[in-house]
Amino acid sequence: MDLIQAVFVRNNLIVAFALIGVTIWISYYLAEKLTQGRIHGSAIAISLGLLAAYFGGVASGGSAGVADIAMLGGIGLMGGGMMRDFAIVATAFGVHLNELKKAGLAGVISIFAGVIVSFIVGAGISVMFGYTDPAEITTIGAGAVTYIVGPVTGEAVGASNEVITLSVAAGLVKSILVMIGTPLVARTIGLDNPQSAMVFGGLMGTTSGVAAGLAATDPKLVPYGAMTATFYTGVGCLLGPSILFFIVSAMF
Amino acid sequence: MIVYGVALLSGCLVSGMLIGEALGVLLNVDANLGGVGIAMLFLVFASNSEMFKSLTDGAAGDGIKFWSAMYIPIVVAMAARQDVAAAVDGGILALLAGVAAVVVSFALVPVLSRIGKDSRVSQDDRQGAS
Repeated sequence: MDLIQAVFVRNNLIVAFALIGVTIWISYYLAEKLTQGRIHGSAIAISLGLLAAYFGGVASGGSAGVADIAMLGGIGLMGGGMMRDFAIVATAFGVHLNELKKAGLAGVISIFAGVIVSFIVGAGISVMFGYTDPAEITTIGAGAVTYIVGPVTGEAVGASNEVITLSVAAGLVKSILVMIGTPLVARTIGLDNPQSAMVFGGLMGTTSGVAAGLAATDPKLVPYGAMTATFYTGVGCLLGPSILFFIVSAMF
Repeated sequence: MIVYGVALLSGCLVSGMLIGEALGVLLNVDANLGGVGIAMLFLVFASNSEMFKSLTDGAAGDGIKFWSAMYIPIVVAMAARQDVAAAVDGGILALLAGVAAVVVSFALVPVLSRIGKDSRVSQDDRQGAS
């Protein structure tokens, strides 16, 4: 057992490649046999990943899903921000500049609209739950933007740790729901071309959610959605502790 | 050489990240402002330009395509390292805030997708819907 553990830990990234490969193979097999291809194989793989992350998190008590289990630490590296960003940028290879230009304006508007709308929804719900302190309302609203904007804003406006944790949880719910929900609603919201993918990325904004949601819908749309989504968190961190906080302070 | 493409890809990411970070400092924001998006633009420019042809054609291009194809596996690994337990433990307020933000944003996708399209297209949309 020690021997296996030692080899697995020492080669953790390689173990991750093998494990993810097997997971994807099983997922595509299930997608084909059980759903006749109606559900995308990668949607099943992502759901399995999230499920494993839940149990990994409960078992280890850590915050990085299965990656907190020593033998599976390589999943943390493989699925970490560095590799994710590297692969996202690679998907832009072969994208035509014209497609980007066509949706450029709509993409930019959607980023600002997405941040503001999510913020209003999150802040509104915190008010419904009886929060009256502007810093707390702003932080929870920012959490509904993304789980990065929440703590950045919370620390800037001096919210309590408890509220910051709450904002991270709201952002995580959003991110996970986008991962699972996107392939289900894609047809209804017209998410089938580069232009709507750019708008989608700008509106949803959670890079992880958009990255996984589009991968499970149509991998060809990934670069367009990811392009706008990656600006969203930055814009959220820009607006949250400044304009949005001032507006909330003026109201409460 | 495969590594030329990988190096180009890496160069795009690093320079995009540097600009994103610098923008953050400039605007006094504690975050990288669109570094990945800027890196993607660099790669789009490079792959559409004659100057970088030797770094994007043939085997060099395969070095980029490999990482593009590794995208879904990496996303699956990313899903497996999310803090799902914390999201579940967040309680009803976190759940409601997250769900409502997603539902409203989903609903806005078809609305904002119309921006920049000509009226003929939106007419087609309506006919398609009816």
